[in-house]
Amino acid sequence: MTERLDDVDPAVLLDGAAAPVPSSLHERFVARADDEGLLDVAYTTIDTRIGPLLLAASPRGLLRVAFALEGFDAVVAELADSVSPRVLRAPGRLDTAARQVDGYLDGTVATFDLPLDLRLARGFRRDVLEHLRTIPYGRTESYTVAARGAGRPAAVRAAASACSHNPIPLVIPCHRVVRSDGSVGDYRGGTALKRDLLEMESAA
Amino acid sequence: MTAARATSARRGSRPPFEQVVEEHGPTVMRVCRAILDPADAEDAWIDTFVSAMRAYPELQPDSNVRGWLVTIAHNRAVDVLRAARRRPVPTERVPDQHLTTPQVTDSDGRDELRAALDALAPKQRTAVVYRHLGDLPYPEIARAMGTSEAAARRNVSDGIARLRTRLRKDRP
Repeated sequence: MTERLDDVDPAVLLDGAAAPVPSSLHERFVARADDEGLLDVAYTTIDTRIGPLLLAASPRGLLRVAFALEGFDAVVAELADSVSPRVLRAPGRLDTAARQVDGYLDGTVATFDLPLDLRLARGFRRDVLEHLRTIPYGRTESYTVAARGAGRPAAVRAAASACSHNPIPLVIPCHRVVRSDGSVGDYRGGTALKRDLLEMESAA
Repeated sequence: MTAARATSARRGSRPPFEQVVEEHGPTVMRVCRAILDPADAEDAWIDTFVSAMRAYPELQPDSNVRGWLVTIAHNRAVDVLRAARRRPVPTERVPDQHLTTPQVTDSDGRDELRAALDALAPKQRTAVVYRHLGDLPYPEIARAMGTSEAAARRNVSDGIARLRTRLRKDRP
Protein backbone atom coordinates (compact mmCIF):
# COMPACT_ATOMS: atom_id res chain seq x y z
CA MET A 1 0.00 0.00 0.00
CA THR A 2 2.61 2.53 1.13
CA GLU A 3 5.92 2.70 -0.65
CA ARG A 4 8.89 2.58 1.67
CA LEU A 5 10.02 6.12 2.22
CA ASP A 6 13.66 5.26 1.68
CA ASP A 7 12.89 3.80 -1.72
CA VAL A 8 11.33 7.04 -2.85
CA ASP A 9 12.91 10.29 -3.84
CA PRO A 10 11.67 12.84 -1.23
CA ALA A 11 10.94 15.28 -4.03
CA VAL A 12 8.59 12.75 -5.59
CA LEU A 13 7.04 11.99 -2.23
CA LEU A 14 6.38 15.69 -1.64
CA ASP A 15 4.96 16.21 -5.10
CA GLY A 16 2.76 13.17 -4.87
CA ALA A 17 1.33 13.80 -1.42
CA ALA A 18 -2.41 13.98 -2.08
CA ALA A 19 -4.22 16.36 0.24
CA PRO A 20 -7.95 16.33 -0.42
CA VAL A 21 -10.07 19.02 1.18
CA PRO A 22 -13.08 17.53 2.96
CA SER A 23 -16.39 19.37 2.46
CA SER A 24 -16.71 19.82 6.24
CA LEU A 25 -13.53 21.91 6.11
CA HIS A 26 -14.97 24.09 3.36
CA GLU A 27 -18.05 24.60 5.55
CA ARG A 28 -15.93 25.66 8.53
CA PHE A 29 -14.05 28.07 6.29
CA VAL A 30 -17.30 29.57 4.94
CA ALA A 31 -18.60 30.04 8.50
CA ARG A 32 -15.37 31.84 9.51
CA ALA A 33 -15.42 34.05 6.40
CA ASP A 34 -19.03 34.97 7.15
CA ASP A 35 -18.29 35.67 10.85
CA GLU A 36 -15.44 37.96 9.86
CA GLY A 37 -17.64 39.90 7.45
CA LEU A 38 -15.81 38.74 4.33
CA LEU A 39 -18.64 36.92 2.60
CA ASP A 40 -19.80 39.64 0.21
CA VAL A 41 -21.69 37.22 -2.03
CA ALA A 42 -23.01 33.79 -1.01
CA TYR A 43 -24.51 31.49 -3.62
CA THR A 44 -26.01 28.07 -3.98
CA THR A 45 -27.80 26.00 -6.57
CA ILE A 46 -31.09 24.25 -5.90
CA ASP A 47 -33.13 21.68 -7.79
CA THR A 48 -36.71 22.65 -8.43
CA ARG A 49 -39.57 21.38 -10.55
CA ILE A 50 -38.49 23.81 -13.32
CA GLY A 51 -34.87 22.63 -13.16
CA PRO A 52 -31.80 23.91 -11.31
CA LEU A 53 -31.70 27.52 -10.13
CA LEU A 54 -28.86 29.59 -8.78
CA LEU A 55 -29.54 31.88 -5.82
CA ALA A 56 -27.09 34.54 -4.63
CA ALA A 57 -27.28 36.94 -1.70
CA SER A 58 -25.26 39.73 -0.13
CA PRO A 59 -25.50 40.35 3.64
CA ARG A 60 -28.33 42.78 2.78
CA GLY A 61 -30.50 40.32 0.90
CA LEU A 62 -31.17 38.30 -2.21
CA LEU A 63 -29.19 39.66 -5.19
CA ARG A 64 -29.80 37.24 -7.98
CA VAL A 65 -31.90 34.32 -9.15
CA ALA A 66 -30.56 32.67 -12.31
CA PHE A 67 -31.86 29.99 -14.64
CA ALA A 68 -29.68 27.17 -15.92
CA LEU A 69 -29.81 28.50 -19.48
CA GLU A 70 -27.94 31.63 -18.35
CA GLY A 71 -24.93 29.44 -17.43
CA PHE A 72 -24.25 29.38 -13.68
CA ASP A 73 -20.48 29.81 -14.00
CA ALA A 74 -20.97 32.92 -16.09
CA VAL A 75 -23.49 34.29 -13.58
CA VAL A 76 -21.10 33.71 -10.65
CA ALA A 77 -18.26 35.36 -12.60
CA GLU A 78 -20.53 38.34 -13.30
CA LEU A 79 -21.33 38.66 -9.61
CA ALA A 80 -17.60 38.65 -8.85
CA ASP A 81 -17.14 41.46 -11.36
CA SER A 82 -20.12 43.59 -10.52
CA VAL A 83 -20.49 43.11 -6.74
CA SER A 84 -17.29 41.70 -5.21
CA PRO A 85 -14.81 38.90 -5.95
CA ARG A 86 -15.36 37.65 -2.38
CA VAL A 87 -17.85 35.07 -3.57
CA LEU A 88 -18.32 31.65 -1.96
CA ARG A 89 -20.67 28.74 -2.34
CA ALA A 90 -22.48 29.14 0.97
CA PRO A 91 -25.94 27.58 1.01
CA GLY A 92 -26.72 28.62 4.60
CA ARG A 93 -27.41 32.26 3.76
CA LEU A 94 -29.90 31.14 1.11
CA ASP A 95 -31.94 28.65 3.15
CA THR A 96 -35.00 30.89 3.52
CA ALA A 97 -34.91 32.06 -0.09
CA ALA A 98 -34.55 28.49 -1.32
CA ARG A 99 -37.52 27.35 0.74
CA GLN A 100 -39.74 30.16 -0.52
CA VAL A 101 -38.73 29.79 -4.17
CA ASP A 102 -39.35 26.07 -3.98
CA GLY A 103 -42.69 26.66 -2.28
CA TYR A 104 -43.68 29.23 -4.90
CA LEU A 105 -42.93 26.81 -7.74
CA ASP A 106 -44.86 24.04 -5.98
CA GLY A 107 -47.84 26.35 -5.53
CA THR A 108 -47.70 26.54 -1.72
CA VAL A 109 -46.22 30.07 -1.46
CA ALA A 110 -47.95 33.04 -3.12
CA THR A 111 -45.93 35.93 -1.76
CA PHE A 112 -42.27 36.18 -0.93
CA ASP A 113 -41.11 37.56 2.37
CA LEU A 114 -37.39 38.10 1.84
CA PRO A 115 -34.94 40.97 2.14
CA LEU A 116 -33.80 41.91 -1.37
CA ASP A 117 -30.63 43.64 -2.52
CA LEU A 118 -31.50 45.49 -5.74
CA ARG A 119 -28.04 46.89 -6.43
CA LEU A 120 -27.75 45.05 -9.76
CA ALA A 121 -30.47 47.30 -11.21
CA ARG A 122 -29.95 51.05 -11.42
CA GLY A 123 -32.03 54.10 -12.21
CA PHE A 124 -35.27 53.51 -14.08
CA ARG A 125 -34.71 49.76 -14.17
CA ARG A 126 -34.80 49.77 -10.43
CA ASP A 127 -38.00 51.85 -10.39
CA VAL A 128 -39.56 49.24 -12.67
CA LEU A 129 -38.53 46.43 -10.30
CA GLU A 130 -40.02 48.30 -7.34
CA HIS A 131 -43.26 48.61 -9.29
CA LEU A 132 -43.25 44.92 -10.31
CA ARG A 133 -43.16 43.94 -6.66
CA THR A 134 -46.65 45.44 -6.29
CA ILE A 135 -48.29 43.23 -8.95
CA PRO A 136 -50.22 40.58 -7.01
CA TYR A 137 -50.05 36.82 -7.55
CA GLY A 138 -52.26 35.66 -10.43
CA ARG A 139 -52.55 39.13 -12.02
CA THR A 140 -50.85 40.44 -15.16
CA GLU A 141 -50.32 43.84 -16.70
CA SER A 142 -48.99 45.21 -20.00
CA TYR A 143 -45.57 46.80 -20.51
CA THR A 144 -47.43 50.09 -21.08
CA VAL A 145 -49.08 49.88 -17.69
CA ALA A 146 -45.78 48.83 -16.10
CA ALA A 147 -44.02 51.89 -17.60
CA ARG A 148 -46.72 54.12 -16.17
CA GLY A 149 -46.53 52.36 -12.82
CA ALA A 150 -42.77 52.98 -12.70
CA GLY A 151 -43.35 56.70 -13.31
CA ARG A 152 -42.40 57.07 -16.99
CA PRO A 153 -45.44 56.34 -19.18
CA ALA A 154 -43.54 56.95 -22.44
CA ALA A 155 -40.68 54.58 -21.55
CA VAL A 156 -42.42 51.36 -22.59
CA ARG A 157 -39.36 49.85 -24.28
CA ALA A 158 -37.15 50.71 -21.33
CA ALA A 159 -39.72 49.11 -19.01
CA ALA A 160 -39.71 45.96 -21.15
CA SER A 161 -35.91 45.92 -21.05
CA ALA A 162 -35.96 46.31 -17.26
CA CYS A 163 -38.27 43.29 -17.05
CA SER A 164 -36.08 41.12 -19.26
CA HIS A 165 -32.97 42.10 -17.22
CA ASN A 166 -34.62 41.53 -13.87
CA PRO A 167 -31.80 40.16 -11.65
CA ILE A 168 -34.27 38.47 -9.27
CA PRO A 169 -36.87 36.74 -11.49
CA LEU A 170 -39.62 34.65 -9.83
CA VAL A 171 -39.24 36.64 -6.60
CA ILE A 172 -39.73 39.96 -8.43
CA PRO A 173 -42.57 38.88 -10.71
CA CYS A 174 -41.52 40.26 -14.11
CA HIS A 175 -43.32 37.26 -15.60
CA ARG A 176 -46.59 39.02 -14.74
CA VAL A 177 -45.90 41.69 -17.36
CA VAL A 178 -47.09 40.63 -20.84
CA ARG A 179 -47.52 42.18 -24.27
CA SER A 180 -50.68 44.18 -25.01
CA ASP A 181 -51.50 41.71 -27.82
CA GLY A 182 -51.72 38.93 -25.25
CA SER A 183 -48.47 37.13 -26.18
CA VAL A 184 -46.21 36.51 -23.21
CA GLY A 185 -43.05 38.40 -24.28
CA ASP A 186 -39.39 37.80 -23.43
CA TYR A 187 -38.25 36.04 -20.28
CA ARG A 188 -34.81 35.27 -18.87
CA GLY A 189 -35.92 31.71 -18.19
CA GLY A 190 -37.47 31.30 -21.67
CA THR A 191 -41.01 32.04 -22.89
CA ALA A 192 -42.17 28.47 -22.20
CA LEU A 193 -41.38 28.92 -18.52
CA LYS A 194 -43.09 32.31 -18.44
CA ARG A 195 -46.23 30.72 -19.86
CA ASP A 196 -45.96 27.89 -17.32
CA LEU A 197 -45.76 30.35 -14.41
CA LEU A 198 -48.73 32.38 -15.66
CA GLU A 199 -50.80 29.21 -16.05
CA MET A 200 -49.80 28.02 -12.60
CA GLU A 201 -50.82 31.34 -11.04
CA SER A 202 -54.10 31.61 -12.91
CA ALA A 203 -55.06 28.05 -11.95
CA ALA A 204 -54.55 28.76 -8.24
CA MET B 1 -16.53 27.44 -16.68
CA THR B 2 -13.96 27.74 -19.44
CA ALA B 3 -15.73 30.60 -21.16
CA ALA B 4 -16.27 32.45 -17.89
CA ARG B 5 -12.61 31.99 -16.93
CA ALA B 6 -11.45 33.26 -20.29
CA THR B 7 -13.67 36.32 -19.91
CA SER B 8 -12.28 37.03 -16.44
CA ALA B 9 -8.73 36.74 -17.68
CA ARG B 10 -9.36 39.00 -20.65
CA ARG B 11 -10.88 41.77 -18.60
CA GLY B 12 -8.18 41.47 -15.96
CA SER B 13 -10.80 40.95 -13.28
CA ARG B 14 -10.63 38.46 -10.44
CA PRO B 15 -12.37 35.10 -10.58
CA PRO B 16 -14.87 34.36 -7.80
CA PHE B 17 -12.98 33.39 -4.64
CA GLU B 18 -14.81 30.05 -4.61
CA GLN B 19 -12.88 29.17 -7.76
CA VAL B 20 -9.59 30.02 -6.02
CA VAL B 21 -10.47 27.73 -3.09
CA GLU B 22 -11.51 24.95 -5.45
CA GLU B 23 -8.35 25.21 -7.57
CA HIS B 24 -5.76 25.71 -4.87
CA GLY B 25 -7.34 24.14 -1.77
CA PRO B 26 -5.46 20.83 -2.18
CA THR B 27 -2.10 22.59 -2.72
CA VAL B 28 -2.58 24.71 0.39
CA MET B 29 -3.51 21.54 2.30
CA ARG B 30 -0.31 19.84 1.17
CA VAL B 31 1.74 22.73 2.51
CA CYS B 32 -0.11 22.71 5.84
CA ARG B 33 0.07 18.92 6.18
CA ALA B 34 3.77 18.90 5.43
CA ILE B 35 4.44 21.08 8.45
CA LEU B 36 1.61 20.43 10.91
CA ASP B 37 -0.33 17.50 12.31
CA PRO B 38 -3.73 16.90 10.69
CA ALA B 39 -5.85 18.93 13.15
CA ASP B 40 -3.52 21.94 13.17
CA ALA B 41 -3.18 21.67 9.40
CA GLU B 42 -6.94 22.08 8.98
CA ASP B 43 -6.96 25.18 11.18
CA ALA B 44 -4.01 26.62 9.25
CA TRP B 45 -5.79 25.86 5.97
CA ILE B 46 -8.82 27.85 7.13
CA ASP B 47 -6.64 30.71 8.42
CA THR B 48 -4.83 30.83 5.10
CA PHE B 49 -7.99 31.18 3.03
CA VAL B 50 -9.57 33.65 5.47
CA SER B 51 -6.60 36.01 5.26
CA ALA B 52 -6.30 35.49 1.51
CA MET B 53 -10.00 36.29 1.08
CA ARG B 54 -9.55 39.47 3.10
CA ALA B 55 -6.75 40.68 0.82
CA TYR B 56 -8.19 39.24 -2.40
CA PRO B 57 -9.90 42.36 -3.80
CA GLU B 58 -6.56 44.22 -3.69
CA LEU B 59 -4.54 41.42 -5.28
CA GLN B 60 -3.07 42.40 -8.65
CA PRO B 61 -5.13 40.59 -11.30
CA ASP B 62 -2.03 39.10 -12.99
CA SER B 63 -0.56 37.69 -9.74
CA ASN B 64 0.52 34.10 -9.32
CA VAL B 65 -2.35 33.13 -7.01
CA ARG B 66 -0.93 29.72 -6.21
CA GLY B 67 2.43 31.16 -5.17
CA TRP B 68 0.70 33.82 -3.11
CA LEU B 69 -1.39 31.22 -1.26
CA VAL B 70 1.56 28.90 -0.69
CA THR B 71 3.58 31.67 0.96
CA ILE B 72 0.61 32.63 3.18
CA ALA B 73 0.04 28.97 4.12
CA HIS B 74 3.70 28.35 4.86
CA ASN B 75 4.00 31.44 7.06
CA ARG B 76 0.83 30.51 8.88
CA ALA B 77 1.94 26.92 9.44
CA VAL B 78 5.32 28.03 10.75
CA ASP B 79 3.60 30.47 13.13
CA VAL B 80 1.38 27.70 14.47
CA LEU B 81 4.41 25.49 14.97
CA ARG B 82 6.26 28.23 16.85
CA ALA B 83 3.23 28.95 19.04
CA ALA B 84 2.88 25.24 19.79
CA ARG B 85 6.50 25.08 20.92
CA ARG B 86 5.96 27.93 23.33
CA ARG B 87 2.80 26.33 24.71
CA PRO B 88 3.18 24.37 27.98
CA VAL B 89 3.45 20.69 27.24
CA PRO B 90 0.19 18.86 28.03
CA THR B 91 0.55 16.37 30.88
CA GLU B 92 -0.26 13.32 28.81
CA ARG B 93 2.68 14.05 26.57
CA VAL B 94 6.20 12.93 27.28
CA PRO B 95 7.95 16.20 28.24
CA ASP B 96 10.78 15.99 25.73
CA GLN B 97 8.63 14.64 22.93
CA HIS B 98 9.35 16.34 19.68
CA LEU B 99 6.26 18.28 18.63
CA THR B 100 6.06 16.98 15.14
CA THR B 101 6.58 13.33 15.93
CA PRO B 102 3.42 11.40 15.16
CA GLN B 103 0.58 11.23 17.65
CA VAL B 104 -1.71 9.59 15.15
CA THR B 105 0.21 7.66 12.56
CA ASP B 106 -0.68 8.34 8.96
CA SER B 107 -0.60 5.32 6.74
CA ASP B 108 1.09 7.26 3.96
CA GLY B 109 4.31 8.11 5.74
CA ARG B 110 3.36 11.75 6.10
CA ASP B 111 4.39 11.86 9.75
CA GLU B 112 7.90 10.71 8.94
CA LEU B 113 8.07 13.22 6.15
CA ARG B 114 6.84 15.98 8.44
CA ALA B 115 9.43 15.13 11.07
CA ALA B 116 12.14 15.07 8.41
CA LEU B 117 11.03 18.46 7.02
CA ASP B 118 10.94 19.85 10.52
CA ALA B 119 14.54 18.82 11.05
CA LEU B 120 15.72 20.93 8.11
CA ALA B 121 17.22 24.36 8.51
CA PRO B 122 14.33 26.85 8.24
CA LYS B 123 15.65 28.30 4.96
CA GLN B 124 15.92 24.88 3.43
CA ARG B 125 12.49 23.85 4.60
CA THR B 126 10.89 27.03 3.28
CA ALA B 127 12.63 26.62 -0.08
CA VAL B 128 11.67 22.93 -0.34
CA VAL B 129 8.03 23.68 0.54
CA TYR B 130 7.84 26.53 -1.99
CA ARG B 131 9.47 24.47 -4.71
CA HIS B 132 8.00 21.01 -4.25
CA LEU B 133 4.66 21.68 -2.57
CA GLY B 134 3.91 25.10 -3.99
CA ASP B 135 5.55 24.45 -7.34
CA LEU B 136 6.94 27.98 -7.33
CA PRO B 137 9.61 28.77 -9.93
CA TYR B 138 13.07 29.62 -8.54
CA PRO B 139 12.89 33.37 -9.27
CA GLU B 140 9.72 33.57 -7.19
CA ILE B 141 11.21 31.53 -4.35
CA ALA B 142 14.16 33.91 -4.39
CA ARG B 143 11.84 36.92 -4.26
CA ALA B 144 9.64 35.47 -1.51
CA MET B 145 12.68 34.59 0.61
CA GLY B 146 14.72 37.67 -0.21
CA THR B 147 17.66 35.67 -1.53
CA SER B 148 19.38 35.22 -4.89
CA GLU B 149 18.07 32.67 -7.32
CA ALA B 150 21.27 30.67 -6.89
CA ALA B 151 20.75 30.58 -3.13
CA ALA B 152 17.15 29.45 -3.65
CA ARG B 153 18.34 26.57 -5.84
CA ARG B 154 21.00 25.61 -3.32
CA ASN B 155 18.52 25.67 -0.43
CA VAL B 156 16.17 23.39 -2.33
CA SER B 157 18.81 20.89 -3.41
CA ASP B 158 20.53 20.84 -0.01
CA GLY B 159 17.14 20.45 1.67
CA ILE B 160 16.17 17.54 -0.56
CA ALA B 161 19.54 15.87 0.02
CA ARG B 162 19.13 16.18 3.78
CA LEU B 163 15.56 14.90 3.61
CA ARG B 164 16.75 11.86 1.70
CA THR B 165 19.47 11.11 4.24
CA ARG B 166 17.14 11.64 7.14
CA LEU B 167 14.37 9.42 5.74
CA ARG B 168 16.90 6.61 5.13
CA LYS B 169 18.28 6.91 8.62
CA ASP B 170 14.79 6.75 10.14
CA ARG B 171 14.14 3.38 8.61
CA PRO B 172 13.16 1.05 11.45
